[in-house]
Amino acid sequence: MNGNDVLFEIRDLKKNFGALEVLRGISTDIRKGEVVVVIGPSGSGKSTFIRCLNLLEEPTSGQIIFEGTDCTDKSVKTHRHREKVGMVFQQFNLFNNLSVLENVTISLEKVKKLPAAQAKEKAMALLRRVGLEDKADAYPSQLSGGQKQRIAIVRAMALDPDVMLFDEPTSALDPEMVGEVLKVIQDLAREGVTMVVVTHEMGFARKVGTRILFMDEGVIAEEGTPEEIFEAPKNERTRDFLSKVINVI
Amino acid sequence: MNIADIFLNYYQYFLRGTRTTIVVSLVTVFLGSILGCFVALLRLSRFRPLSGFARLYITVIRGTPLLVQLYIVYYQLHFIHYPEGTFLGVELARIMPPILALSINSAAYVAEVIRAGIQAVDAGQTEAALSCGMTQGQAMRYIVMPQAIKNILPAIGNEFITMVKETSIIQYLGISDLMYNNGIVVTATYNPLPCYYISAMFYLALNVILGKGLNIFEMRLKRSER
Ligand SMILES: Nc1ncnc2c1ncn2[C@@H]1O[C@H](COP(=O)(O)OP(=O)(O)OP(=O)(O)O)[C@@H](O)[C@H]1O
Ligand SMILES: [Mg+2]
Repeated sequence: MNGNDVLFEIRDLKKNFGALEVLRGISTDIRKGEVVVVIGPSGSGKSTFIRCLNLLEEPTSGQIIFEGTDCTDKSVKTHRHREKVGMVFQQFNLFNNLSVLENVTISLEKVKKLPAAQAKEKAMALLRRVGLEDKADAYPSQLSGGQKQRIAIVRAMALDPDVMLFDEPTSALDPEMVGEVLKVIQDLAREGVTMVVVTHEMGFARKVGTRILFMDEGVIAEEGTPEEIFEAPKNERTRDFLSKVINVI
Repeated sequence: MNIADIFLNYYQYFLRGTRTTIVVSLVTVFLGSILGCFVALLRLSRFRPLSGFARLYITVIRGTPLLVQLYIVYYQLHFIHYPEGTFLGVELARIMPPILALSINSAAYVAEVIRAGIQAVDAGQTEAALSCGMTQGQAMRYIVMPQAIKNILPAIGNEFITMVKETSIIQYLGISDLMYNNGIVVTATYNPLPCYYISAMFYLALNVILGKGLNIFEMRLKRSER
């Protein structure tokens, strides 16, 4: 891998909420094609970290260099950066006032300035891929959690982002729907979509992840391949965390 | 004289008063809404002095009696020269001071209704819109406002209905509204109770019609959204 493969260079990223230091210096690179899975105890800063990557949280200090430019720089248009960084939320956050189809087309039309017909065509093709083209005219309130999340993924993918961020995409789902959503994410990973996934699904992390970041108290306490982290964790904290989550399952 | 006699003999007074009440109500609701939107914008501004000013405005208006506000506006803004002429048969120069006072009052309540309606929309909706590359303005326009409107409209309808009733205080400035004319008929007949019943019926009729109109408007909006 050469330097051109690097999408995100994260340098000493810090984030405080008032006096609370949530991120206390995070440095890592995210390369094209990687599936980076972020695990760690509740409150360790996983969400804050991933939200910094598309500037939903403004970093307190440090650099986030995306495709060669520091996106924390004031001269960078935040909304332009976000076009290239898709995000999927734990609570789906589908636009409640719009139909499924419009949820996908709105940003194609208003952000990418695609003509309506072209936007619709693209959206329908994507919905077909996740088996939901028959829901195009439905409203979010009429859908199951699993369907909502698959549409949220389609909505983000429609903009052809360079990287996708997932913040616990299956944590708000009924157990029987977790599989259908994980499958969509796994398919994207197979196609080579770069992604950063925060999850408590250790099976998924192990199977799909190319690199695991274990976060604890605002720092990356350990990182490595799934084998390294799950078979032979070096850090005491990692071992402790894994024993807890894996015992639960 | 019973209530029917009073009505038949003096209905012109009630009608004339009702006309003024309608004109004052309509203009107040219109001006109050525009001013209210503006105050809501200030209130939601991230620029502290602006939101602070809006907050102060709302606190003062909500914390003082409308009647006091009416007199303060009337005497304080005495220097303004209102245009000559009439609006729907009502003299402009006479009704403008009370309309200003009522609008300034109404704006504070409208602003609160708008602010609450916008803030009731889940923050996740804005975050999702931003994460799709929308600007703050686009997120507001395409995602937040269409949802906020559904919270705002019913509450603003209540505010309109309240305003119609509260216009009754403009009689104290000698404006010939429904209550002022009610007073004339009371003096003429020495029989207050039936007069108040008749006035009550007029206010009730106005608000029932207004309520129906607002309902139809809400239904239309719902149908076009879903
Ligand atoms: N907007 C905010 N204002 C203040 N504190 C916040 C804010 N967002 C997060 N925090 C705090 O920052 C810390 C880290 O939160 P974060 O959501 O990043 O953790 P997490 O690792 O995602 O946890 P979880 O697994 O529960 O989702 C927590 O203590 C949280 O209370
Ligand atoms: Mg979280």
